[in-house]
Amino acid sequence: MEHVLEEVLPRIEICEEECKGCGLCIHYCPPKVIEASPSLNSHGYHPAHYKGEGCIGCGICFYICPEPGAITVYMKPSKGEKR
Amino acid sequence: MSGKILKKADAFYDVYERKPGADKLTTHYCPGCGHGTLHKIIAEAIDDFGIKDRTIIISPVGCSVFAYYYFDCGNVQSAHGRAPAVATGLKRANPESIVISYQGDGDIAAIGGNNILQAANRGENITVIFVNNAIYGMTGGQMAPTTLLGQKTMTTPRGRNPHNEGYPLRLSELLSTLESPVYIERVALTDAKNVLKARKAVRKAIKCQIENKGFSMVEALSPCPSGWRATPVEARKWIEEKMMPYFKLGVYKDNTKGKEPYIPPKEEFTTSEIEKIIGIAATKGKEEVRIEPPAARYRNPAIKIAGFGGQGVLLLGEALAEGGMRAGYHVTWLPSYGPEMRGGTANCQVIISDDPIGSPLVSAPDVLIAMNRPSLDRFEPDVKKGGLIIFNSSLIDRRPQRADVEVIAIPATEIADNLGNTRVANMVVLGSYIAKTGILTKEAVISTFPIFIKRRDLIPLNEEAVQKGIDWVEG
Ligand SMILES: Cc1ncc(C[n+]2csc(CCOP(=O)(O)OP(=O)(O)O)c2C)c(N)n1
Ligand code: SF4
Ligand code: SF4
Ligand code: SF4
Ligand SMILES: [Mg+2]
Repeated sequence: MEHVLEEVLPRIEICEEECKGCGLCIHYCPPKVIEASPSLNSHGYHPAHYKGEGCIGCGICFYICPEPGAITVYMKPSKGEKR
Repeated sequence: MSGKILKKADAFYDVYERKPGADKLTTHYCPGCGHGTLHKIIAEAIDDFGIKDRTIIISPVGCSVFAYYYFDCGNVQSAHGRAPAVATGLKRANPESIVISYQGDGDIAAIGGNNILQAANRGENITVIFVNNAIYGMTGGQMAPTTLLGQKTMTTPRGRNPHNEGYPLRLSELLSTLESPVYIERVALTDAKNVLKARKAVRKAIKCQIENKGFSMVEALSPCPSGWRATPVEARKWIEEKMMPYFKLGVYKDNTKGKEPYIPPKEEFTTSEIEKIIGIAATKGKEEVRIEPPAARYRNPAIKIAGFGGQGVLLLGEALAEGGMRAGYHVTWLPSYGPEMRGGTANCQVIISDDPIGSPLVSAPDVLIAMNRPSLDRFEPDVKKGGLIIFNSSLIDRRPQRADVEVIAIPATEIADNLGNTRVANMVVLGSYIAKTGILTKEAVISTFPIFIKRRDLIPLNEEAVQKGIDWVEG
């Protein structure tokens, strides 16, 4: 297997083209690690953008976001969980 | 490498191919709309319970009418407010299926108010997701039964006034007074805490159905930023500050613990039982093979049959359509009911065709059968050029004015009277029509009588009447 950098977990991924810029994830993220991107997506929204660090993997942004595929949350493996 | 991943559910299509337009990646909902949040909760539950292949989501009219763009499971779209009736049929016909009736507040509490009441009272084993956004979202923000007092909408520009529009309807409370429902909870799509509670409630409601316990409903107070002219975040606050004090969150009914599962007995009927029930057993085996096709100008007729209520025009149409079906044609029969039925004119529309029929409406008939004067007056102008008018000359004191149609004048009521019963005038006319056009045989027509004529002893008289009509034309 190819050597990969150890992933920083937890983290989120935002699909900018699926985001409608409603701002709910930005508002409700407890550590405030999501911001509005200054650029526009093809629908004309400022999509949400992960600041790149500080996510605590709470999953709130996922459940608060109305778009099925806009946000993916990668959590930390819990203790005892196979890596 | 990673732990749990929260991602787009399998129960959603990867690409929304059914959605028109170029964008097949995002939903059609406005930014911040609660429908999307609820969809995600439902889809996740479908995944987790492993029920994708047996779930049917019913989306009636409202912003969520297009839910079938997104959910990769069974989908049925229903008329406004009628989702609980459709759900009932689906669930009863397929007890293995998991049926989710997804309804807006206008849909469930206004036009479909009685539908949900009766389905809940029958204790149908279905799950209702009731999206209460206090407004008609889809049509641009009119008042709904759940609109709050003082709330401004398109139709309450000064705010809802209880003296004019009554008080906001609390459906969860109302349905909880019924015996049958097993689980009813009201949740709110606001902050993380409440969204997770909504998630729990939706899962519990679906589980209630999976375990065959009976009727479950989750009412979700849901933001409609567009209808409320609010930002997505403001809309969630508005729910907390305005809606929640009136629509109190909580479990209104929960009998899931003690309730024994109920699985309805399989009621399967044999073909012969069904034939007996709907009354076609008596005629079975007498099916007609199609005879020689009628002359080209009489083929594929669109027929309008009109007369007084009581002259048997609907029956005439039924015998034609059923006879046509037995002869292997495509047929439709469309009765026109209405206030006219009482004493005025009644009419029905029949199409008999070699090809599948697109619409059963007959606005320009090839054939007009007029049993009384008002019918001739009303429909004569509509008959197609080169068409056929058969009129009951016993009751109609004028001939058709049209020179571009064929005409048969037949004193049907007198002929019937001579047979001893004026009510079989319809069959006299029917006889004249099949004799003139060759569209059906006499046998094909009379083989249908046991279905339509309840009094068996009157069947010979009706057969005789058909023969008299044939004789009149051939005579
Ligand atoms: C029989 C019928 N009557 C009226 C309409 C018009 N109509 C379309 S959507 C709607 C209201 C929907 O409101 P709601 O059920 O609250 O759904 P929402 O869009 O708010 O989610 C109405 C009245 C219709 N489509 N069909
Ligand atoms: S998972 Fe929680 S902490 Fe991480 S970005 Fe989403 S809301 Fe913020
Ligand atoms: S909640 Fe979803 S749609 Fe709204 S801004 Fe965040 S990612 Fe975009
Ligand atoms: S009008 Fe309201 S309910 Fe309809 S999609 Fe927009 S926000 Fe949602
Ligand atoms: Mg609504």
